[in-house]
Amino acid sequence: MILYYKRAISDILDHKFLNTVTIITIAISILIVSAFILFFKNANNVMNSWKKGIRVMAYLQPDIPEPKVSEIQMKIKGMYGVQDVRFISKHEALNLIKTQMKRQSSLFENLKENPLPDAFEIRMTTSLHNQEKIEALATRLESLPQIDEVEYGQKWIRRFTSFFNLFKFVGYAMGGLFFIAAAFIVANTSRLVLYSRREEVEIMRLVGATDRFIKAPFYIEGLIQGALGACFGLGALFIAYVFISSNVEQSLSSGFFTIQFLSAGTLFGIILCSTFVGWLGCYISLKQFLQY
Amino acid sequence: MTDGKDNSTIIRMFHVHKTYGNKKALIDITLEIAKNEFLFISGPSGAGKTTLLKLLYLGETTTEGQVLIDGMNLSRISHKRIPFLRRKYGIIFQDYKLIPTKTVFNNVAVVLEAMGKKRRFIEKKVKSVLRTVGMEERLQAFPPSLSGGEQQRIAVARAVIGDPKIILADEPTGNLDEDSADIILKLLKKFHTRGATIIVATHDKELIRKTGGRVIHLNQGYLQKITAA
Ligand SMILES: Nc1ncnc2c1ncn2[C@@H]1O[C@H](COP(=O)(O)OP(=O)(O)O)[C@@H](O)[C@H]1O
Ligand SMILES: [Mg+2]
Repeated sequence: MILYYKRAISDILDHKFLNTVTIITIAISILIVSAFILFFKNANNVMNSWKKGIRVMAYLQPDIPEPKVSEIQMKIKGMYGVQDVRFISKHEALNLIKTQMKRQSSLFENLKENPLPDAFEIRMTTSLHNQEKIEALATRLESLPQIDEVEYGQKWIRRFTSFFNLFKFVGYAMGGLFFIAAAFIVANTSRLVLYSRREEVEIMRLVGATDRFIKAPFYIEGLIQGALGACFGLGALFIAYVFISSNVEQSLSSGFFTIQFLSAGTLFGIILCSTFVGWLGCYISLKQFLQY
Repeated sequence: MTDGKDNSTIIRMFHVHKTYGNKKALIDITLEIAKNEFLFISGPSGAGKTTLLKLLYLGETTTEGQVLIDGMNLSRISHKRIPFLRRKYGIIFQDYKLIPTKTVFNNVAVVLEAMGKKRRFIEKKVKSVLRTVGMEERLQAFPPSLSGGEQQRIAVARAVIGDPKIILADEPTGNLDEDSADIILKLLKKFHTRGATIIVATHDKELIRKTGGRVIHLNQGYLQKITAA
Protein backbone atom coordinates (compact mmCIF):
# COMPACT_ATOMS: atom_id res chain seq x y z
CA MET A 1 0.00 0.00 0.00
CA ILE A 2 2.81 2.41 0.89
CA LEU A 3 4.41 1.34 -2.35
CA TYR A 4 1.26 2.36 -4.25
CA TYR A 5 1.34 5.81 -2.64
CA LYS A 6 4.99 6.23 -3.50
CA ARG A 7 4.31 5.30 -7.09
CA ALA A 8 1.33 7.65 -7.23
CA ILE A 9 3.35 10.55 -5.89
CA SER A 10 6.25 9.94 -8.23
CA ASP A 11 3.71 9.73 -11.08
CA ILE A 12 2.29 13.10 -10.12
CA LEU A 13 5.78 14.58 -10.07
CA ASP A 14 6.54 12.99 -13.42
CA HIS A 15 3.47 14.64 -14.93
CA LYS A 16 3.59 17.99 -13.19
CA PHE A 17 1.99 19.98 -15.96
CA LEU A 18 -0.96 17.69 -16.53
CA ASN A 19 -1.58 17.32 -12.83
CA THR A 20 -1.30 21.03 -12.20
CA VAL A 21 -3.84 21.75 -14.91
CA THR A 22 -6.22 19.17 -13.49
CA ILE A 23 -5.88 20.39 -9.94
CA ILE A 24 -6.41 23.99 -11.01
CA THR A 25 -9.50 23.08 -12.99
CA ILE A 26 -10.93 21.16 -10.08
CA ALA A 27 -10.05 24.07 -7.80
CA ILE A 28 -11.95 26.49 -10.04
CA SER A 29 -14.99 24.23 -10.20
CA ILE A 30 -14.94 23.84 -6.44
CA LEU A 31 -14.49 27.59 -6.02
CA ILE A 32 -17.56 28.34 -8.13
CA VAL A 33 -19.75 25.72 -6.52
CA SER A 34 -18.69 26.53 -2.99
CA ALA A 35 -19.09 30.26 -3.64
CA PHE A 36 -22.66 29.42 -4.55
CA ILE A 37 -23.10 27.40 -1.39
CA LEU A 38 -21.61 30.21 0.67
CA PHE A 39 -23.87 32.83 -0.89
CA PHE A 40 -26.84 30.54 -0.47
CA LYS A 41 -26.07 29.96 3.17
CA ASN A 42 -25.77 33.65 3.93
CA ALA A 43 -28.85 34.54 1.93
CA ASN A 44 -30.66 31.90 3.91
CA ASN A 45 -29.40 33.40 7.16
CA VAL A 46 -30.58 36.83 6.11
CA MET A 47 -33.94 35.51 5.13
CA ASN A 48 -34.34 33.68 8.40
CA SER A 49 -33.48 36.74 10.39
CA TRP A 50 -35.98 38.72 8.36
CA LYS A 51 -38.58 36.08 8.90
CA LYS A 52 -37.92 36.11 12.60
CA GLY A 53 -38.62 39.80 12.56
CA ILE A 54 -41.93 39.34 10.84
CA ARG A 55 -44.72 40.96 12.71
CA VAL A 56 -48.25 40.82 11.54
CA MET A 57 -49.95 44.10 12.28
CA ALA A 58 -53.71 44.11 12.62
CA TYR A 59 -55.24 47.61 12.64
CA LEU A 60 -58.52 48.08 14.43
CA GLN A 61 -61.48 50.10 13.34
CA PRO A 62 -61.79 53.35 15.23
CA ASP A 63 -63.58 53.61 18.58
CA ILE A 64 -63.79 50.02 19.67
CA PRO A 65 -64.51 49.90 23.39
CA GLU A 66 -61.87 48.57 25.71
CA PRO A 67 -63.58 45.32 26.81
CA LYS A 68 -64.17 44.44 23.19
CA VAL A 69 -60.48 45.04 22.52
CA SER A 70 -59.37 42.57 25.19
CA GLU A 71 -61.89 40.09 23.89
CA ILE A 72 -60.44 40.30 20.39
CA GLN A 73 -56.96 40.06 21.83
CA MET A 74 -57.89 36.81 23.57
CA LYS A 75 -59.42 35.52 20.37
CA ILE A 76 -56.27 36.23 18.34
CA LYS A 77 -54.09 34.70 20.99
CA GLY A 78 -56.05 31.49 20.58
CA MET A 79 -55.40 31.34 16.86
CA TYR A 80 -53.09 28.70 15.47
CA GLY A 81 -49.47 29.77 15.21
CA VAL A 82 -49.74 32.89 17.28
CA GLN A 83 -47.07 33.26 19.91
CA ASP A 84 -47.73 36.66 21.29
CA VAL A 85 -50.21 39.49 20.83
CA ARG A 86 -49.51 42.98 22.02
CA PHE A 87 -52.02 45.78 21.97
CA ILE A 88 -50.61 49.08 20.77
CA SER A 89 -52.98 51.93 21.44
CA LYS A 90 -52.99 54.85 19.07
CA HIS A 91 -51.46 57.06 21.79
CA GLU A 92 -48.64 54.64 22.28
CA ALA A 93 -48.12 54.50 18.53
CA LEU A 94 -48.00 58.25 18.25
CA ASN A 95 -45.51 58.55 21.08
CA LEU A 96 -43.38 55.95 19.42
CA ILE A 97 -43.37 57.88 16.20
CA LYS A 98 -42.62 61.07 18.01
CA THR A 99 -39.57 59.66 19.70
CA GLN A 100 -38.39 58.11 16.46
CA MET A 101 -38.77 61.38 14.60
CA LYS A 102 -37.53 63.84 17.20
CA ARG A 103 -36.19 66.27 14.69
CA GLN A 104 -39.46 66.55 12.90
CA SER A 105 -41.47 66.86 16.13
CA SER A 106 -42.85 70.17 14.92
CA LEU A 107 -44.90 68.20 12.44
CA PHE A 108 -46.89 66.69 15.23
CA GLU A 109 -47.56 69.86 17.15
CA ASN A 110 -50.33 70.91 14.85
CA LEU A 111 -52.19 67.65 15.10
CA LYS A 112 -55.57 68.18 16.69
CA GLU A 113 -56.45 64.57 16.70
CA ASN A 114 -54.45 61.36 16.69
CA PRO A 115 -54.78 60.00 13.12
CA LEU A 116 -53.40 56.56 13.97
CA PRO A 117 -55.54 53.50 14.57
CA ASP A 118 -55.30 51.16 17.51
CA ALA A 119 -53.45 48.00 16.55
CA PHE A 120 -52.34 44.53 17.55
CA GLU A 121 -48.80 43.46 16.97
CA ILE A 122 -48.76 39.70 16.50
CA ARG A 123 -45.64 37.54 16.62
CA MET A 124 -45.81 34.04 15.29
CA THR A 125 -44.18 30.91 16.61
CA THR A 126 -40.83 30.54 14.79
CA SER A 127 -41.59 27.14 13.34
CA LEU A 128 -44.41 28.71 11.37
CA HIS A 129 -42.46 31.27 9.45
CA ASN A 130 -43.64 30.28 6.11
CA GLN A 131 -45.54 32.02 3.49
CA GLU A 132 -48.77 30.00 3.52
CA LYS A 133 -49.06 30.00 7.30
CA ILE A 134 -48.67 33.74 7.46
CA GLU A 135 -51.22 34.25 4.74
CA ALA A 136 -53.67 31.88 6.41
CA LEU A 137 -53.40 33.82 9.64
CA ALA A 138 -53.85 37.11 7.80
CA THR A 139 -57.07 35.86 6.22
CA ARG A 140 -58.42 34.74 9.56
CA LEU A 141 -57.60 38.11 11.11
CA GLU A 142 -59.22 40.00 8.29
CA SER A 143 -62.41 38.02 8.77
CA LEU A 144 -62.85 39.55 12.22
CA PRO A 145 -65.33 42.43 11.81
CA GLN A 146 -63.45 44.81 14.09
CA ILE A 147 -60.21 44.49 12.14
CA ASP A 148 -59.76 47.07 9.48
CA GLU A 149 -56.56 46.05 7.83
CA VAL A 150 -53.79 43.49 8.16
CA GLU A 151 -50.24 44.16 7.14
CA TYR A 152 -47.29 41.83 6.94
CA GLY A 153 -45.07 42.81 4.04
CA GLN A 154 -46.60 40.12 1.87
CA LYS A 155 -45.25 41.28 -1.45
CA TRP A 156 -41.56 41.25 -0.76
CA ILE A 157 -41.75 37.97 1.10
CA ARG A 158 -43.40 36.34 -1.88
CA ARG A 159 -40.90 37.81 -4.32
CA PHE A 160 -37.96 36.97 -2.21
CA THR A 161 -39.12 33.41 -1.65
CA SER A 162 -39.62 32.70 -5.32
CA PHE A 163 -36.29 34.30 -6.17
CA PHE A 164 -34.69 32.25 -3.47
CA ASN A 165 -36.19 29.03 -4.81
CA LEU A 166 -35.03 29.81 -8.32
CA PHE A 167 -31.62 30.57 -6.94
CA LYS A 168 -31.57 27.28 -5.09
CA PHE A 169 -32.47 25.42 -8.26
CA VAL A 170 -29.78 27.16 -10.26
CA GLY A 171 -27.33 26.35 -7.49
CA TYR A 172 -28.15 22.65 -7.56
CA ALA A 173 -28.01 22.53 -11.35
CA MET A 174 -24.65 24.29 -11.47
CA GLY A 175 -23.28 22.12 -8.71
CA GLY A 176 -24.30 19.03 -10.65
CA LEU A 177 -22.82 20.32 -13.89
CA PHE A 178 -19.53 21.22 -12.29
CA PHE A 179 -19.44 17.85 -10.61
CA ILE A 180 -19.77 16.09 -13.95
CA ALA A 181 -17.37 18.47 -15.69
CA ALA A 182 -14.74 17.95 -13.01
CA ALA A 183 -15.09 14.18 -13.25
CA PHE A 184 -14.54 14.31 -17.00
CA ILE A 185 -11.56 16.60 -16.62
CA VAL A 186 -9.96 14.15 -14.24
CA ALA A 187 -10.88 11.33 -16.60
CA ASN A 188 -9.18 13.18 -19.40
CA THR A 189 -6.00 13.82 -17.49
CA SER A 190 -5.64 10.27 -16.38
CA ARG A 191 -6.38 9.21 -19.94
CA LEU A 192 -3.56 11.42 -21.16
CA VAL A 193 -1.26 10.12 -18.47
CA LEU A 194 -2.25 6.57 -19.31
CA TYR A 195 -1.75 7.24 -22.98
CA SER A 196 1.70 8.69 -22.42
CA ARG A 197 2.45 5.59 -20.41
CA ARG A 198 0.75 2.92 -22.46
CA GLU A 199 4.11 1.34 -23.25
CA GLU A 200 4.98 1.14 -19.58
CA VAL A 201 1.55 -0.25 -18.73
CA GLU A 202 1.90 -2.86 -21.46
CA ILE A 203 5.34 -3.88 -20.21
CA MET A 204 4.10 -4.16 -16.65
CA ARG A 205 1.36 -6.46 -17.85
CA LEU A 206 3.79 -8.60 -19.78
CA VAL A 207 5.91 -9.16 -16.70
CA GLY A 208 2.90 -10.32 -14.72
CA ALA A 209 1.45 -7.22 -13.07
CA THR A 210 -2.25 -7.47 -12.28
CA ASP A 211 -4.68 -4.76 -13.38
CA ARG A 212 -5.12 -3.88 -9.75
CA PHE A 213 -1.43 -3.25 -9.35
CA ILE A 214 -1.37 -1.09 -12.47
CA LYS A 215 -4.53 0.84 -11.60
CA ALA A 216 -3.91 1.54 -7.93
CA PRO A 217 -1.51 4.46 -8.39
CA PHE A 218 -3.86 6.07 -10.90
CA TYR A 219 -6.69 5.91 -8.42
CA ILE A 220 -4.54 7.36 -5.69
CA GLU A 221 -3.54 10.13 -8.11
CA GLY A 222 -7.19 10.86 -8.79
CA LEU A 223 -8.00 10.99 -5.09
CA ILE A 224 -5.08 13.31 -4.44
CA GLN A 225 -6.05 15.55 -7.36
CA GLY A 226 -9.62 15.77 -6.08
CA ALA A 227 -8.63 16.51 -2.50
CA LEU A 228 -5.94 19.03 -3.42
CA GLY A 229 -8.21 20.74 -5.94
CA ALA A 230 -10.88 21.12 -3.26
CA CYS A 231 -8.39 22.49 -0.74
CA PHE A 232 -7.08 25.10 -3.20
CA GLY A 233 -10.58 26.06 -4.34
CA LEU A 234 -11.79 26.45 -0.77
CA GLY A 235 -8.63 28.30 0.15
CA ALA A 236 -9.30 30.80 -2.64
CA LEU A 237 -12.89 31.12 -1.47
CA PHE A 238 -11.74 31.79 2.07
CA ILE A 239 -9.41 34.56 0.93
CA ALA A 240 -12.23 36.11 -1.09
CA TYR A 241 -14.50 35.74 1.92
CA VAL A 242 -12.11 37.51 4.28
CA PHE A 243 -11.67 40.30 1.77
CA ILE A 244 -15.36 40.79 1.01
CA SER A 245 -16.69 40.40 4.53
CA SER A 246 -14.30 42.98 5.93
CA ASN A 247 -15.46 45.41 3.26
CA VAL A 248 -19.14 44.67 3.70
CA GLU A 249 -18.96 44.94 7.46
CA GLN A 250 -17.29 48.30 7.16
CA SER A 251 -20.04 49.64 4.94
CA LEU A 252 -22.78 48.11 7.07
CA SER A 253 -21.30 49.38 10.27
CA SER A 254 -24.53 48.51 12.01
CA GLY A 255 -23.45 44.85 12.07
CA PHE A 256 -27.06 43.82 11.79
CA PHE A 257 -25.88 40.75 10.03
CA THR A 258 -22.44 39.22 9.57
CA ILE A 259 -21.33 37.11 6.63
CA GLN A 260 -20.52 33.63 7.81
CA PHE A 261 -18.06 31.22 6.24
CA LEU A 262 -18.93 27.61 5.51
CA SER A 263 -19.08 25.31 8.51
CA ALA A 264 -16.42 22.68 9.11
CA GLY A 265 -18.94 20.00 8.17
CA THR A 266 -19.72 21.64 4.83
CA LEU A 267 -16.03 22.11 4.07
CA PHE A 268 -15.38 18.49 4.85
CA GLY A 269 -18.31 17.45 2.69
CA ILE A 270 -17.02 19.49 -0.26
CA ILE A 271 -13.55 17.98 0.05
CA LEU A 272 -15.07 14.52 0.25
CA CYS A 273 -17.19 15.18 -2.84
CA SER A 274 -14.22 16.47 -4.78
CA THR A 275 -12.14 13.46 -3.75
CA PHE A 276 -14.92 11.26 -4.98
CA VAL A 277 -14.92 13.18 -8.27
CA GLY A 278 -11.20 12.45 -8.60
CA TRP A 279 -11.85 8.79 -8.06
CA LEU A 280 -14.76 8.78 -10.49
CA GLY A 281 -12.70 10.44 -13.21
CA CYS A 282 -10.08 7.75 -12.86
CA TYR A 283 -12.67 5.05 -12.89
CA ILE A 284 -14.11 6.37 -16.16
CA SER A 285 -10.78 6.56 -17.98
CA LEU A 286 -9.40 3.29 -16.65
CA LYS A 287 -12.55 1.53 -17.67
CA GLN A 288 -12.05 2.71 -21.23
CA PHE A 289 -8.32 2.30 -21.32
CA LEU A 290 -7.54 -0.95 -19.60
CA GLN A 291 -10.05 -3.21 -21.21
CA TYR A 292 -9.24 -5.63 -23.92
CA MET B 1 -5.96 -33.17 -20.18
CA THR B 2 -3.77 -36.12 -21.08
CA ASP B 3 -3.43 -39.50 -19.51
CA GLY B 4 -0.53 -38.16 -17.50
CA LYS B 5 1.97 -40.67 -18.82
CA ASP B 6 4.46 -37.89 -19.32
CA ASN B 7 4.50 -35.51 -16.38
CA SER B 8 7.82 -34.07 -17.39
CA THR B 9 6.10 -32.16 -20.20
CA ILE B 10 5.61 -28.50 -19.38
CA ILE B 11 4.34 -27.15 -22.72
CA ARG B 12 2.11 -28.77 -25.31
CA MET B 13 0.89 -27.28 -28.55
CA PHE B 14 -1.77 -29.20 -30.37
CA HIS B 15 -2.63 -28.34 -34.00
CA VAL B 16 -2.06 -24.67 -33.35
CA HIS B 17 -2.82 -22.09 -36.03
CA LYS B 18 -2.28 -18.37 -35.83
CA THR B 19 -3.41 -15.89 -38.41
CA TYR B 20 -3.06 -12.12 -38.35
CA GLY B 21 -5.91 -10.83 -40.50
CA ASN B 22 -5.40 -13.12 -43.46
CA LYS B 23 -1.66 -13.58 -42.91
CA LYS B 24 -0.94 -17.12 -41.72
CA ALA B 25 1.89 -16.81 -39.20
CA LEU B 26 1.71 -20.36 -37.80
CA ILE B 27 0.18 -23.41 -39.43
CA ASP B 28 -0.76 -26.62 -37.63
CA ILE B 29 1.96 -26.68 -35.03
CA THR B 30 2.02 -29.69 -32.71
CA LEU B 31 4.88 -30.09 -30.27
CA GLU B 32 5.83 -30.86 -26.70
CA ILE B 33 8.49 -29.27 -24.57
CA ALA B 34 9.91 -31.07 -21.55
CA LYS B 35 10.71 -29.58 -18.18
CA ASN B 36 14.26 -28.30 -17.94
CA GLU B 37 14.80 -28.55 -21.67
CA PHE B 38 17.12 -26.12 -23.46
CA LEU B 39 15.25 -25.70 -26.70
CA PHE B 40 15.81 -23.61 -29.79
CA ILE B 41 13.21 -22.36 -32.20
CA SER B 42 15.01 -21.51 -35.38
CA GLY B 43 14.11 -20.30 -38.80
CA PRO B 44 14.54 -17.31 -41.06
CA SER B 45 13.03 -13.96 -40.32
CA GLY B 46 9.24 -14.05 -40.64
CA ALA B 47 9.09 -17.81 -39.95
CA GLY B 48 6.81 -17.32 -36.95
CA LYS B 49 9.27 -17.68 -34.05
CA THR B 50 8.15 -14.60 -32.17
CA THR B 51 4.52 -15.48 -32.78
CA LEU B 52 5.03 -18.92 -31.28
CA LEU B 53 6.52 -17.43 -28.12
CA LYS B 54 3.68 -14.91 -27.89
CA LEU B 55 1.11 -17.68 -27.92
CA LEU B 56 2.80 -19.22 -24.89
CA TYR B 57 2.42 -16.13 -22.69
CA LEU B 58 -0.85 -14.92 -24.26
CA GLY B 59 0.77 -11.94 -25.89
CA GLU B 60 -1.43 -13.19 -28.73
CA THR B 61 -4.30 -15.65 -28.67
CA THR B 62 -4.33 -18.81 -30.76
CA THR B 63 -6.62 -18.75 -33.75
CA GLU B 64 -7.14 -22.50 -33.67
CA GLY B 65 -5.83 -25.43 -31.65
CA GLN B 66 -4.79 -25.81 -28.03
CA VAL B 67 -1.87 -24.59 -25.97
CA LEU B 68 -1.31 -26.21 -22.59
CA ILE B 69 1.11 -24.86 -20.02
CA ASP B 70 1.60 -27.02 -16.93
CA GLY B 71 -1.65 -28.76 -17.86
CA MET B 72 -3.50 -25.43 -18.04
CA ASN B 73 -5.43 -24.79 -21.25
CA LEU B 74 -4.71 -21.24 -22.35
CA SER B 75 -7.89 -20.91 -24.41
CA ARG B 76 -9.90 -21.39 -21.22
CA ILE B 77 -7.91 -19.19 -18.92
CA SER B 78 -9.78 -16.24 -17.42
CA HIS B 79 -8.61 -12.68 -17.92
CA LYS B 80 -7.83 -12.44 -14.22
CA ARG B 81 -5.45 -15.41 -14.33
CA ILE B 82 -3.29 -14.05 -17.15
CA PRO B 83 -0.87 -12.15 -14.86
CA PHE B 84 -0.32 -15.35 -12.90
CA LEU B 85 0.33 -17.32 -16.07
CA ARG B 86 2.92 -14.72 -17.05
CA ARG B 87 4.67 -15.06 -13.72
CA LYS B 88 5.62 -18.60 -14.73
CA TYR B 89 7.79 -17.02 -17.40
CA GLY B 90 10.81 -14.86 -17.56
CA ILE B 91 10.65 -13.21 -20.95
CA ILE B 92 13.56 -11.64 -22.77
CA PHE B 93 11.92 -9.63 -25.55
CA GLN B 94 13.52 -9.09 -28.89
CA ASP B 95 13.30 -5.31 -28.35
CA TYR B 96 14.08 -5.67 -24.60
CA LYS B 97 10.94 -3.75 -23.59
CA LEU B 98 12.58 -1.82 -20.78
CA ILE B 99 10.71 1.15 -19.36
CA PRO B 100 12.78 4.15 -20.49
CA THR B 101 11.57 6.47 -17.72
CA LYS B 102 12.50 4.10 -14.92
CA THR B 103 15.90 3.36 -13.49
CA VAL B 104 17.58 0.03 -14.05
CA PHE B 105 16.76 -0.85 -10.46
CA ASN B 106 13.06 -0.07 -10.89
CA ASN B 107 12.87 -1.82 -14.23
CA VAL B 108 13.99 -5.03 -12.60
CA ALA B 109 12.18 -4.48 -9.32
CA VAL B 110 8.76 -4.08 -10.96
CA VAL B 111 8.41 -7.86 -11.32
CA LEU B 112 8.74 -8.41 -7.60
CA GLU B 113 6.66 -5.33 -6.75
CA ALA B 114 3.85 -6.72 -8.87
CA MET B 115 4.13 -9.95 -6.90
CA GLY B 116 3.70 -7.94 -3.72
CA LYS B 117 7.10 -8.75 -2.26
CA LYS B 118 8.51 -6.79 0.65
CA ARG B 119 10.67 -3.76 -0.05
CA ARG B 120 13.70 -5.06 1.76
CA PHE B 121 13.58 -8.38 -0.02
CA ILE B 122 13.22 -6.62 -3.37
CA GLU B 123 16.24 -4.45 -2.76
CA LYS B 124 18.45 -7.38 -1.85
CA LYS B 125 17.26 -9.56 -4.67
CA VAL B 126 17.51 -6.89 -7.39
CA LYS B 127 21.05 -6.08 -6.36
CA SER B 128 22.08 -9.71 -6.33
CA VAL B 129 20.55 -10.39 -9.75
CA LEU B 130 22.16 -7.28 -11.23
CA ARG B 131 25.46 -8.52 -9.85
CA THR B 132 24.88 -11.83 -11.64
CA VAL B 133 24.49 -10.03 -14.96
CA GLY B 134 27.38 -7.69 -14.16
CA MET B 135 25.28 -4.54 -14.00
CA GLU B 136 25.40 -3.78 -10.27
CA GLU B 137 27.20 -0.50 -10.98
CA ARG B 138 24.37 0.90 -13.08
CA LEU B 139 21.45 0.64 -10.63
CA GLN B 140 20.40 4.25 -11.05
CA ALA B 141 21.01 4.54 -14.79
CA PHE B 142 18.13 4.89 -17.24
CA PRO B 143 17.91 2.34 -20.07
CA PRO B 144 18.36 4.83 -22.94
CA SER B 145 21.82 5.67 -21.57
CA LEU B 146 22.93 2.04 -21.81
CA SER B 147 24.43 0.14 -24.72
CA GLY B 148 22.47 -2.60 -26.48
CA GLY B 149 24.42 -5.31 -24.69
CA GLU B 150 23.84 -3.67 -21.32
CA GLN B 151 20.12 -3.28 -21.99
CA GLN B 152 19.98 -6.92 -22.98
CA ARG B 153 21.56 -7.87 -19.67
CA ILE B 154 19.00 -5.80 -17.78
CA ALA B 155 16.31 -7.58 -19.76
CA VAL B 156 17.83 -10.89 -18.67
CA ALA B 157 17.97 -9.76 -15.06
CA ARG B 158 14.29 -8.82 -15.16
CA ALA B 159 13.43 -12.12 -16.80
CA VAL B 160 15.06 -14.24 -14.12
CA ILE B 161 14.39 -12.25 -10.97
CA GLY B 162 11.06 -13.91 -10.24
CA ASP B 163 12.65 -17.38 -10.40
CA PRO B 164 10.49 -18.39 -13.35
CA LYS B 165 9.95 -21.98 -14.38
CA ILE B 166 10.32 -21.08 -18.03
CA ILE B 167 12.57 -18.56 -19.71
CA LEU B 168 11.54 -17.33 -23.15
CA ALA B 169 14.30 -15.54 -25.05
CA ASP B 170 13.53 -13.90 -28.38
CA GLU B 171 16.72 -13.34 -30.40
CA PRO B 172 18.66 -12.81 -27.17
CA THR B 173 21.92 -12.30 -29.01
CA GLY B 174 20.39 -10.65 -32.03
CA ASN B 175 22.03 -7.26 -32.02
CA LEU B 176 24.99 -8.07 -29.82
CA ASP B 177 28.70 -8.42 -30.44
CA GLU B 178 30.15 -11.83 -29.76
CA ASP B 179 31.37 -11.09 -26.23
CA SER B 180 28.01 -9.74 -25.08
CA ALA B 181 26.30 -12.68 -26.74
CA ASP B 182 28.52 -15.08 -24.85
CA ILE B 183 27.67 -13.42 -21.54
CA ILE B 184 23.96 -13.79 -22.26
CA LEU B 185 24.37 -17.39 -23.29
CA LYS B 186 26.34 -18.20 -20.14
CA LEU B 187 23.58 -16.66 -18.06
CA LEU B 188 20.92 -18.72 -19.80
CA LYS B 189 22.93 -21.88 -19.22
CA LYS B 190 23.31 -20.99 -15.58
CA PHE B 191 19.57 -20.70 -15.09
CA HIS B 192 19.15 -23.91 -17.04
CA THR B 193 21.33 -25.79 -14.61
CA ARG B 194 19.22 -24.33 -11.82
CA GLY B 195 16.21 -26.13 -13.27
CA ALA B 196 14.52 -23.65 -15.58
CA THR B 197 13.16 -24.58 -18.97
CA ILE B 198 14.83 -22.41 -21.59
CA ILE B 199 13.28 -21.65 -24.97
CA VAL B 200 15.35 -19.52 -27.31
CA ALA B 201 14.03 -18.18 -30.60
CA THR B 202 16.89 -17.35 -32.92
CA HIS B 203 17.97 -17.28 -36.52
CA ASP B 204 21.60 -17.48 -35.36
CA LYS B 205 22.85 -20.94 -36.46
CA GLU B 206 26.21 -20.30 -34.83
CA LEU B 207 24.55 -19.82 -31.43
CA ILE B 208 22.66 -23.10 -31.80
CA ARG B 209 25.79 -24.96 -32.83
CA LYS B 210 27.76 -23.61 -29.89
CA THR B 211 25.07 -24.40 -27.34
CA GLY B 212 23.53 -27.66 -28.47
CA GLY B 213 19.97 -28.74 -27.68
CA ARG B 214 16.81 -29.75 -29.45
CA VAL B 215 15.90 -27.46 -32.34
CA ILE B 216 12.45 -26.77 -33.75
CA HIS B 217 12.79 -25.51 -37.31
CA LEU B 218 10.06 -23.16 -38.50
CA ASN B 219 9.64 -21.93 -42.03
CA GLN B 220 6.86 -19.65 -43.24
CA GLY B 221 4.66 -20.76 -40.39
CA TYR B 222 5.21 -24.47 -40.84
CA LEU B 223 7.03 -26.75 -38.43
CA GLN B 224 9.59 -28.08 -40.85
CA LYS B 225 11.49 -30.49 -38.67
CA ILE B 226 12.76 -31.13 -35.16
CA THR B 227 16.39 -32.03 -34.69
CA ALA B 228 17.28 -33.85 -31.48
CA ALA B 229 19.93 -32.61 -29.12
N1 LIG C 1 0.89 -8.12 -35.28
C1 LIG C 1 1.03 -8.62 -36.52
N2 LIG C 1 0.14 -8.29 -37.48
C2 LIG C 1 0.25 -8.78 -38.72
N3 LIG C 1 1.19 -9.63 -39.11
C3 LIG C 1 2.12 -10.01 -38.21
C4 LIG C 1 2.07 -9.52 -36.87
N4 LIG C 1 3.10 -10.08 -36.20
C5 LIG C 1 3.75 -10.86 -37.08
N5 LIG C 1 3.17 -10.83 -38.29
C6 LIG C 1 3.58 -11.58 -39.46
O1 LIG C 1 3.62 -12.96 -39.11
C7 LIG C 1 4.76 -13.56 -39.65
C8 LIG C 1 5.61 -14.17 -38.55
O2 LIG C 1 6.13 -13.15 -37.77
P1 LIG C 1 7.10 -13.40 -36.54
O3 LIG C 1 6.45 -14.37 -35.65
O4 LIG C 1 7.45 -12.08 -35.96
O5 LIG C 1 8.35 -14.04 -37.26
P2 LIG C 1 9.86 -14.18 -36.74
O6 LIG C 1 9.86 -13.84 -35.27
O7 LIG C 1 10.19 -15.59 -37.00
O8 LIG C 1 10.66 -13.24 -37.53
C9 LIG C 1 5.49 -12.49 -40.43
O9 LIG C 1 5.13 -12.63 -41.79
C10 LIG C 1 4.97 -11.21 -39.88
O10 LIG C 1 4.95 -10.22 -40.88
MG1 LIG D 1 10.97 -12.37 -34.26
